[in-house]
Amino acid sequence: MSIPVLEVTGLAYAYPDGHQALHGVDLHVHQGERVALLGPNGAGKTTLVLHLNGILVAGAGSVSVSGMPVEKQYLQEIRRRVGIVFQDPDDQLFMGTVRADVGFGPANLGLKGAALDVRVMTALEQVGMAEYADRPPHHLSFGQRRRVAVATVLAMEPEILVLDEPSSNLDPASRRELADILRSLDVTVLMVTHDLPYALELCPRAVVLSDGHVVADGATYDVLTDEALMRAHRLELPFGFDPRTIV
Amino acid sequence: MGGAHGHQLHFHAHSPLHRAQAHLKILALLFFMIGVVATPREWFPVFGGYLVLLLGLIALSKVPPTYILKRMVVEVPFVIFALVLPFVAQGPRTDLLGLSVSESGLLGAWGLLVKGTLGVIASLTLAATTEPQALLMGLQRLRMPALLVQIMGFMIRYLEVVTDELRRMRIARESRGFSARDPRQWSVLAKTMGALFIRSFERGERVHLAMLSRGYTGKMPG
Repeated sequence: MSIPVLEVTGLAYAYPDGHQALHGVDLHVHQGERVALLGPNGAGKTTLVLHLNGILVAGAGSVSVSGMPVEKQYLQEIRRRVGIVFQDPDDQLFMGTVRADVGFGPANLGLKGAALDVRVMTALEQVGMAEYADRPPHHLSFGQRRRVAVATVLAMEPEILVLDEPSSNLDPASRRELADILRSLDVTVLMVTHDLPYALELCPRAVVLSDGHVVADGATYDVLTDEALMRAHRLELPFGFDPRTIV
Repeated sequence: MGGAHGHQLHFHAHSPLHRAQAHLKILALLFFMIGVVATPREWFPVFGGYLVLLLGLIALSKVPPTYILKRMVVEVPFVIFALVLPFVAQGPRTDLLGLSVSESGLLGAWGLLVKGTLGVIASLTLAATTEPQALLMGLQRLRMPALLVQIMGFMIRYLEVVTDELRRMRIARESRGFSARDPRQWSVLAKTMGALFIRSFERGERVHLAMLSRGYTGKMPG
């Protein structure tokens, strides 16, 4: 089998206050997969995500991206390969204009002039926000800001796109538009979410993290229909939603 | 307070003043202010000249004078201080409208008031005719240290986010029956400011994480 895009082996991490957030997590994601990372609040999902690009450093175990270990000397390249879209777009969009913001990452990679321009506009076109390039981000709607946040990461041409709660705070139309965009992208996706219908819609595979352990890894449909597993890990389908009536 | 007033210093229009290069406008403001401050306060007609010059520029800029006038409320604390000055200053007294006031205090108040007001009008005119982004570019052109320009850029970017947060906290307070009329309740306002500071600090940390995630190494690209 090919080298996985994302390979997490025996990852453990304790916060400085002693709280053990991850207990030996194993996770492999292969090229072109779209994987949902599910789990209740406090399961360690965000902690895991912050390990993927070296913001947090593994206490034990290892993380590697397309064979490159997440270690200090490779950080710049790792951060190009792993694009994280954070939950609050106001944290992600910090420049004065959409164009400057989308250009921030590639410019850090050394792109300049016309090449930078092309990269920025291509990323904005992928999320349907090209005509907003010269607007300040805080004048956009929440859904538009979320899309621009995705573009800021796409502009770095990542090998894996990591989304933290992509559907949170979106109205149903924006939520669907984002789903259409994510489906149209030719990129590996790891999506952290509480929105189980969204996970079923977009990700064929789901991984359940609970209390710092991976407790399930399989087809999203199988995970969501395993009632005992769902109950044991505080996962609940929204009222009236039954995966069996859809697939 | 409140989101509605956020970035409302810039007035969109097309005028020679709007088109002028930002760094030239900043320099003009700087020299104008040095001139105003250096003018002895007894040269009364000269201040009239300054005012005429500013009013002429405002007319040229097509910014409605009431737009500038409304935003001059920032000066109120200085005005109060200036009004108190003639009553508390020492020295020979003189009569003004039947009140005994200090001569040097009166002159001091005049100086403070006229120089402050001219400064506020001139700055508001610059802000009304220059987009915040252009202002930053202008400062960069004038060789202001990049780190300071970055900090100011972040301030502009997050001003609305933070004022909006403040507005939501006020609504949440008032929805639970709070009103700040009684001075004994002012401590709640102080705690709100503390909470806002912590929230903003944490947001700063999250923004920093997001920057690191996109390859930030301490220097702004571009």
